[in-house]
Amino acid sequence: MAARPELLAPPEIFYDQSEARKYTSSSRIIDIQAKLSERALELLALPDDGVPRLLLDIGCGSGLSGETLSESGHQWIGLDISEAMLDVAVEREVDGDLLHADMGQGLGFRPGVIDGAISISAVQWLCNADKSSHEPRLRLKAFFGSLYRSLARGARAVLQLYPQNIAQRELIFNYAMRAGFGGGVVVDYPHSTKSRKEYLVLNCGPPSLSAAVPNAKGEDGMSCSDDEENHTVTVSDRNRPRKKRKLDKTNGGKDWVIQKKEQMRRKGAAVPADTKYTARKRKSRF
Amino acid sequence: MRLLTHNMLSSNIKGVTDGFPLKIEAGKVVEKEVDMNTDFLKNIFTKIEWKPFVEAAKTLGYSELPEDVDPSLLDSQDFLTKFHHALLEIHLEEGALVCPETGRKFPVSKGIPNMLLHEDEV
Repeated sequence: MAARPELLAPPEIFYDQSEARKYTSSSRIIDIQAKLSERALELLALPDDGVPRLLLDIGCGSGLSGETLSESGHQWIGLDISEAMLDVAVEREVDGDLLHADMGQGLGFRPGVIDGAISISAVQWLCNADKSSHEPRLRLKAFFGSLYRSLARGARAVLQLYPQNIAQRELIFNYAMRAGFGGGVVVDYPHSTKSRKEYLVLNCGPPSLSAAVPNAKGEDGMSCSDDEENHTVTVSDRNRPRKKRKLDKTNGGKDWVIQKKEQMRRKGAAVPADTKYTARKRKSRF
Repeated sequence: MRLLTHNMLSSNIKGVTDGFPLKIEAGKVVEKEVDMNTDFLKNIFTKIEWKPFVEAAKTLGYSELPEDVDPSLLDSQDFLTKFHHALLEIHLEEGALVCPETGRKFPVSKGIPNMLLHEDEV
């Protein structure tokens, strides 16, 4: 598996021009990003009334995830720290507005104006201290605090992320809770290494019935669409069918023994001569 | 950057208590036509701070908006068209946003405001 990009360089340096180019040329990356953002939008659970909302795309990059938002008719504001990625977004003429900003410095929005926020594979970057002035805890605090303030009451934020380990997951979740968010983690395809995806689904405002954490995909026997890694193993399936022993009638018997002895003789082994006693059946009392 | 975004943005510098609205220094302004969606306009209307919105539109050279508004105007097609135009069709391509308290400039280039803060402003 490739090294985690967070460990290689800070985001504004890692996502340089050549890396940003991948996000327009690689159909695989485009496909994955589109799927992730569709799922994030689904988890956002906006009211189904056809009214376009004002959404936020945190770490919008080249605007691939924003495209999904535009397709659903929503207006969006995207922010990213990598200039090269934003340049690509401008080139692609995305519909949303773009900001060159660092989420770890807090989001500069008026309180309560945003109807929902999504973020695709971005928040784990906050856990890295790329400059001496960076303190991951303060940056997480600033991010979640400002996100909470800018969201309207009852709005949701869905953050898809790749935490490096359990400690990091806990750290991120903790700071989200401290900022006042409710919610939880939705893990799609938890048994699969490849298609496993984690979404932090955060509710802004008092918990309500509708604020229950949505169900994950692939937990209750739903299989992944593209690869069948996800079949649950039932108990009766657990034992592999044994290879049936060949019930071959050809071995045993005088002819067979003589044939085998002939074979060994040809190989040069010392084999007793064939006599009338060869392969003779023994008496039952033996 | 459209005025929709401008109306939501506020200065995020440490110590600034009221960073809204950011003043606009207009350089290059372009207009791009987009489809109008009445539902969205009605929904977003309650969230728009009207006075700064009118001011900002004037700075970008559009002064057709009424100074005072009330929700009843939302039934007027004429008003909606103007509102839509100012909100979503006027883009600030080059220029700067200025923090009302500290005077710090956030440059706008290629339509993207650079909101990155210096280390001492966080």
